[in-house]
Amino acid sequence: MVKTLPFEQPVIQLRDKISELREFTANSDVDLTTEIQHLEDRLQKLESDIYVNMQPWDRVQVARHPERPTTIDYIREIFTDFIELHGDRSYGDDEAIIGGIASFNDVPVTIIGHQRGRDTKENIRRNFGMPHPEGYRKALRLMKQAEKFGRPIICFIDTKGAYPGKAAEERGQSEAIARNLFEMAGLKVPVISVVIGEGGSGGALALGVANHIHMLENSTYSVISPEGAASILWKDAALAKQAAEAMKITAPDLKQMGIVDEIIPETIGGAHRDTKQQAILMKETLTRSIDTLTKLSKDELVDNRYEKFKSIGEFTE
Amino acid sequence: MIIRDMFNRKKKYATIPNAASKTDVPEGIMTKCPECKHIGLTKDLLINNKVCPSCQHHYKMTAQERVAIFLDEGTFISMDDHLQTVNPLNFPGYTEKIRLDAEKTGLNEAVLTGTGFIDGRKIVVAIMDAHFRMGSMGSVVGEKITRAVEEATRLGVPFIIFTASGGARMQEGVLSLMQMAKTSVALKRHSDKGYLFISIMTHPTTGGVSASFASIGDINLAEPKALIGFAGRRVIEQTVREKLPENFQTAEFLLAHGQLDAVIHRSSMKVTVSTLVKHHSKGDN
Repeated sequence: MVKTLPFEQPVIQLRDKISELREFTANSDVDLTTEIQHLEDRLQKLESDIYVNMQPWDRVQVARHPERPTTIDYIREIFTDFIELHGDRSYGDDEAIIGGIASFNDVPVTIIGHQRGRDTKENIRRNFGMPHPEGYRKALRLMKQAEKFGRPIICFIDTKGAYPGKAAEERGQSEAIARNLFEMAGLKVPVISVVIGEGGSGGALALGVANHIHMLENSTYSVISPEGAASILWKDAALAKQAAEAMKITAPDLKQMGIVDEIIPETIGGAHRDTKQQAILMKETLTRSIDTLTKLSKDELVDNRYEKFKSIGEFTE
Repeated sequence: MIIRDMFNRKKKYATIPNAASKTDVPEGIMTKCPECKHIGLTKDLLINNKVCPSCQHHYKMTAQERVAIFLDEGTFISMDDHLQTVNPLNFPGYTEKIRLDAEKTGLNEAVLTGTGFIDGRKIVVAIMDAHFRMGSMGSVVGEKITRAVEEATRLGVPFIIFTASGGARMQEGVLSLMQMAKTSVALKRHSDKGYLFISIMTHPTTGGVSASFASIGDINLAEPKALIGFAGRRVIEQTVREKLPENFQTAEFLLAHGQLDAVIHRSSMKVTVSTLVKHHSKGDN
């Protein structure tokens, strides 16, 4: 049973009611077929009302859904022959970031992504998908490797942020993130980043200096979490819902600001409702992106990334 | 008066300062060091580059004050003073706050950029000013730094930045975050041409600024005791639930952990940077 979210309660209740009536019709003499038909029409309308017009805070909840597909799920569904590669060669292996080589439509690519856990035990191992510096340095090592062998790089962004801890500071969290931004700018292979869950601040951006940035319909990308924004701006983390609206963190918001290239539609109710179907939608976008970018020369790829980021920002002259 | 009263600490009489005596010392003529409480003449403090003569505490400086002590006199030409911040997320009161800080500091945003000379060698500088919205980086700060880097690339000269920032600016949301990437792509191009980039971190350099251009100089310097770090101290204490060392996230702490090339006293900063620039000049200037 998939965990349901507060905003979708009306849909769930109606769905339960319909299955109850169906069962009743099957087991008794009373025919409620017309009633059921009527309710199903209502369900359809309700679903489109709730899921199509999702509010920012609803999307935040879907983006954080514990069963939402993670990097590893997309690797399994979209790519073949994945071989995971570990470690940053200087300190350790950060399991909050997963990386390796796989085939995508029979072409080798490097895949790097934040990796949350599915349960508490795995989450502890993966530090809830919040990387330390060695995670970012592993990512950079794999990017440089991809560049050497001319492989496109696909990054999946899914983190609350880089881990704010003592050890992370000691080992240079700032430098690790900064180095990735700087080096990603110069990569001579196509780089595609897809925000699949939460894109939290610098910890997300460290996998995000890409030629194409895509977002799943219900993912978020922000400078700070809604809770953090609420506590800084209004000294009250409980106002996260309002902050989610004010901060403009949803895929449609970022598309409008010209940061995101494509919004990848989600299966109705969110990606966690149907991982296989979601992977197909994801693959369509990735295929399109790779086809476009592999036509560019090495220098064009670097220039394209330069122009993309150079144009972001709002001001008057 | 009996003898015992002489040893009594309790005062029998109190002196109430009258209005006239209050104005005896004009406002701002004396400055008390926030670190060692040393009280000295403000005039002397300014001569001493705003460093406490008693404990060497480095006071915050305005961007203009840094220009005055760092560049050859009269050589600074500022750039992009005409860029104006807008309110992309329509945050209540944001435009007004920007206007007030602009009036207060005489800057259009939290960074002053331009060209100048250091001991006769041309450079492009960017000087962040923590008096303007905590030095936070929004679209205009990102754009000014990017244009300054591009100018350094065009001129083929070193790019020197003094950072002072609380991080990305909340009120411009994800646009602020993206300025980290924007400045980085410009620095990469400058670097690929073989030009020098020196980052000088001053108090405070945190968050998104620390996690972008501030940390990736060819040479990373810092002023003594400057606070430098990615996450805020309070956030870390809440996360790890342990007491952090007193010197955590200071310039000295970073130096000890291999994150800095050197911690340089303000009085030696110009000569240090000038020497580094000289070491990287190819005999053409």
